[in-house]
Amino acid sequence: MEVVQKRIRTDGTSLFVRCFGYLFIGLFALCCLLPFLVVVGTSFTKEASIAKHGFNIWPREFSTFAYKIVFENPDLIIGSYVVSICLTVVGTLVGLFLVAMTGYALQRPDFEQRNGISFFIYFTTLFSGGIVPFYLLINQYLGLRDNYLAVLLPGLMSPFLIIMMKSFTRSIPHAITESAKIDGAGDFTIFMRLILPMTTPALATIGLFIALGYWNEWYNAMLFLSADMKYRPLQLFLYNVITSADFIRNSSAASNVPLRDMPLESMKMATAVVATGPVVLFYPFVQRYFIQGITVGAVKG
Amino acid sequence: MKTIAQSAPPAPAAVETSKRALRARTKRFWNNRTLILMCVPAILFFLIFAYLPMPGLYLAFIKYNYTDGIFKSKFIGMENFRFLVMTGDLWRLTFNTIAYNIGFIIFGNFLQIFVAILLNELRKKWFKKVSQTLMFLPFFISFVIIGLIAYNILSYDYGILNNILKSFGAEPVKTYSNSHIWPFIILLTYLWQSTGYGSIVYFAAIMGLDSEVVEASEIDGANALQRIRYIVLPWLKPTFIILLLFSLGGVLRGNFGLFYNLVGANNTSLYATTDIIETYVFRSLMNNFNFSMGSAVSLYQSVFGFIVVITANWLVKKASPDNSLF
Repeated sequence: MEVVQKRIRTDGTSLFVRCFGYLFIGLFALCCLLPFLVVVGTSFTKEASIAKHGFNIWPREFSTFAYKIVFENPDLIIGSYVVSICLTVVGTLVGLFLVAMTGYALQRPDFEQRNGISFFIYFTTLFSGGIVPFYLLINQYLGLRDNYLAVLLPGLMSPFLIIMMKSFTRSIPHAITESAKIDGAGDFTIFMRLILPMTTPALATIGLFIALGYWNEWYNAMLFLSADMKYRPLQLFLYNVITSADFIRNSSAASNVPLRDMPLESMKMATAVVATGPVVLFYPFVQRYFIQGITVGAVKG
Repeated sequence: MKTIAQSAPPAPAAVETSKRALRARTKRFWNNRTLILMCVPAILFFLIFAYLPMPGLYLAFIKYNYTDGIFKSKFIGMENFRFLVMTGDLWRLTFNTIAYNIGFIIFGNFLQIFVAILLNELRKKWFKKVSQTLMFLPFFISFVIIGLIAYNILSYDYGILNNILKSFGAEPVKTYSNSHIWPFIILLTYLWQSTGYGSIVYFAAIMGLDSEVVEASEIDGANALQRIRYIVLPWLKPTFIILLLFSLGGVLRGNFGLFYNLVGANNTSLYATTDIIETYVFRSLMNNFNFSMGSAVSLYQSVFGFIVVITANWLVKKASPDNSLF
């Protein structure tokens, strides 16, 4: 009976709205996907065909020459991968632990100094010294030029993540902490043994935000890691391939292909595919954690 | 101690209480020592990477040169600011940064709400899931890739845009030297990247809508447009106002990655319409080595940004006291 009623009620306007919804959302989703396909398609296209017909999703003349050149000299790209993976793993583990610890302490209602410390952290989003003093600090006063620590350290924490952790842990009843205290557990033990295991979904979300930040990091790398460093994080490596002529010249020499025969355009795309591919494949599985984080973060900023 | 106490009768009580208060405070502090220790790494982190650079803004008032260092370089007061105003740089940077941000906020929120509402109208579950996944995809890639994708579309010789124009027999456009079209390019790229991400908040808000209200409206014979107009949009209004005011607080902060990777490092012909505060400061640091001028712009940005945030927060407090930041 109900089904019949509903069917009657789907009037013309509602039907139109729904059809428009499918059309608009479908087209928008397609627009989000197509540019990636152009990158992949071009990476498999013969350079001469690119010169004649431009970039395309479907290669008119198929060729894997660009990938051959990229892997001809695999040393650099593998080194970049190793650097990026190490930075991401170490940074995420350390950062996640520190963010979780701070977030838990700062939401404890019986922690008298929590408001002062919260404000101390939050204030940094309101006022900053800008990048020039930051650059001088890292470069000259801390002496971290050409040191991976210059990329690792500044990415460990952010006020946004600490606030997110605070709102996640707030959902755990304070009574748990209190009863553990009565049983004689210290604050750090409570955090390690009780709170950490109970907040795994939150930790997954925050950990993924930190990991994504490290994986896509190129800004600090560009500021502090000079060309003297052989192995640089993946995104910076990609940036150099896209923008610098030196890199093309070097790989031309390394692969014994004359400079004028180098597949310039398809090589940029092939490097991008190699550098991004794994993350994009990974992404559908972790997407829901990000959605969770965004929703929680927005409820109370 | 005793003589003072004798000569002024109310004093001993006061001394006692203040002493006791101090002791109680020290005791509470001692009881919280583990929690405080747990915050020490974060305190050190922000102290070093956020607070330590702040006094460095003193650079804005000197004529910095490398050999003399910060302390021995010549103090010139407001000279750097005067230069920025005289050349018109400050006005151009402020205008570009704010205009782009307002464009991002207005068009961004509009499109995000639009997408969230349409997503909610869809019935096919797999379609919703797949399209949401695809729309969320651009959020995951670095700005370096976004710059490469823009180059794919806009390149004069090989770009998709000119391919299409040529196939219709139209003249190809030189995008990378035509500054007038860049506000559109940057706005479109921003919308492309952030709509899937931003619509999640609105979509979650719609999910929180009481399904009984929706059903009641359907029984009363409301069609989809009426439901959206009279139930969903009013329901989203508070979320919209809060997000709007929050983003207004950041109206003087530019998205460096977006502008730098789209425009390129040295494309001077586009500066008139694409140069924002962040890119200017970056150039003064890495290309011109004019540390003082960069710091002057940063200081200006921080001070004005601070005033804007305070104002925005005051407005949030008026609109919804629960959501204000402080």
